[in-house]
Amino acid sequence: MKELMKGNEAIAEAAVRGGCRAFFGYPITPQNEIPEYMSWRLFEVGGTYVQAESEVAAINMVYGAAGAGARAMTSSSSPGISLKQEGISYICCSRLPCVIVNMVRGGPGLGGIQPAQSDYFQATKGGGHGDYHMLVYGPASVQECVNIMYDAFDKADKYRVPVMILGDGMLGQIMEPVELPEFKDLSKLPRKNWATYGDGTGEKRNIINSLLIEPDELEAHNKLLADTYAEMARNETMCEEYLCDDAEIVLTAYGTVARIAKSAVNILREQGKKVGLLRPITLYPFPNDAFRKVAEQDCVKEFVCTELSMGQMIEDVKLATGMLKPVHFYGRCGGNVMTPEDLVEFVLKEGK
Amino acid sequence: MESKIIIAGFGGQGVQSLGMFIAFASIHDGKEVTFLPSYGPEMRGGTSNCSVVVSDKPVASPIIASPDILIAMNKPSLAKFESRVKPGGCIIVNSSLIENKVTRTDVKVYYVDANRLALEAGNTKTANIVVLGAYTKISGVFSPEVMKAVIEHKFAKKPKVIPANFKAFELGYNL
Repeated sequence: MKELMKGNEAIAEAAVRGGCRAFFGYPITPQNEIPEYMSWRLFEVGGTYVQAESEVAAINMVYGAAGAGARAMTSSSSPGISLKQEGISYICCSRLPCVIVNMVRGGPGLGGIQPAQSDYFQATKGGGHGDYHMLVYGPASVQECVNIMYDAFDKADKYRVPVMILGDGMLGQIMEPVELPEFKDLSKLPRKNWATYGDGTGEKRNIINSLLIEPDELEAHNKLLADTYAEMARNETMCEEYLCDDAEIVLTAYGTVARIAKSAVNILREQGKKVGLLRPITLYPFPNDAFRKVAEQDCVKEFVCTELSMGQMIEDVKLATGMLKPVHFYGRCGGNVMTPEDLVEFVLKEGK
Repeated sequence: MESKIIIAGFGGQGVQSLGMFIAFASIHDGKEVTFLPSYGPEMRGGTSNCSVVVSDKPVASPIIASPDILIAMNKPSLAKFESRVKPGGCIIVNSSLIENKVTRTDVKVYYVDANRLALEAGNTKTANIVVLGAYTKISGVFSPEVMKAVIEHKFAKKPKVIPANFKAFELGYNL
């Protein structure tokens, strides 16, 4: 039988089963169940849990632990993730694998505590200073959170990048049936030849560093990072297409909003309207090819991008579709969430 | 089958647990379900609500515009959600705390004297379980045996309270 789990708790359990053995966090609504769960759960599996004195401290503990080869993670919500940006930039330059969960709440500033998607730019375009990206996922259900979190450390190790799971307050708080995977066998993981495990003989030193003062060296490093992101784009891009084959209007949304959009598609289909849904699962790399392909379909007349923001992902939708078809926007923000009926009304009004 | 339920009341009335009981029963029955709590700055005595969608198929939107069933545990909840109930839907009213009658004529209304019946069951905290009994009967989505199995499972660590909860459930179910 499946278990009923809250999004935050399911992510925490999936992280442990996927190999997380070090968690560093600082409380903030609406993701507190993740550190709370980890505080007792990691103790059971011989891991390390620290409630840091601040978000800045927490991300730098992740920096240290990841550098020492541990499967380390942190979680927070929007204002807390902003505080972590310096550390994330250093981690990216140092090419360290780790996992960061952001259960987004309304901003800017201290904002509110209700769900939002207004950190899309921050998550996908870098966030901190410098030329870097993370592998960013936007799961839409508790089961998808589990599946993505379970493999997140493997992906992070493979590319030596942080993986970010970009959720929202709803996804953290919602309870749904889930099936949890078995524990990963950590003894079978390959040794990280770059890590500072501290168990060497002194013959060769590994150094974790983000200072590359020579321009040629730093340029080469930036090119190496760019190559990594290009490889990620080739291998990791994920997208869900729903009833797009004959669609005249294509809704695009990610995360929980995509589920609201899916209900809107179902309502509109019952009314005989040819509407589909395109849902990016990886937000970086963005599924450009899938969007381009759908945009090139003759039947498709227009796109409707819907987000819990004033319009952020829409920029990637416009780039990916090459503006072949018009892209309309419907957004709510501040913690307010649209209903499927709101979207239906908008599509009927905008759709020609 | 897809049933959308909004449950609302004061914090401390067991609004969230009531929703969770329905969610656990769904899993027990192999159904799909989403349970979305409100998580505002509420506290005991403040308002609290949750949205539950039970379905045979995977649930798309966990957000409910018009519920099939509204369970109103206190007066402000009825005032807030009454107009949103789908025509032909139903409202379960905790008449112990709500003296008003529902003004709409296009929905079925069930008045449940939940707090008094909870007292009769021997535990004033079981008012939500009285309503769970009434919901089980009215919706017909779950058998009473499934709900009682869920109650037994949820209170496994506090077996002393199970008899009063069973009694409360039956009082609600047999209204």
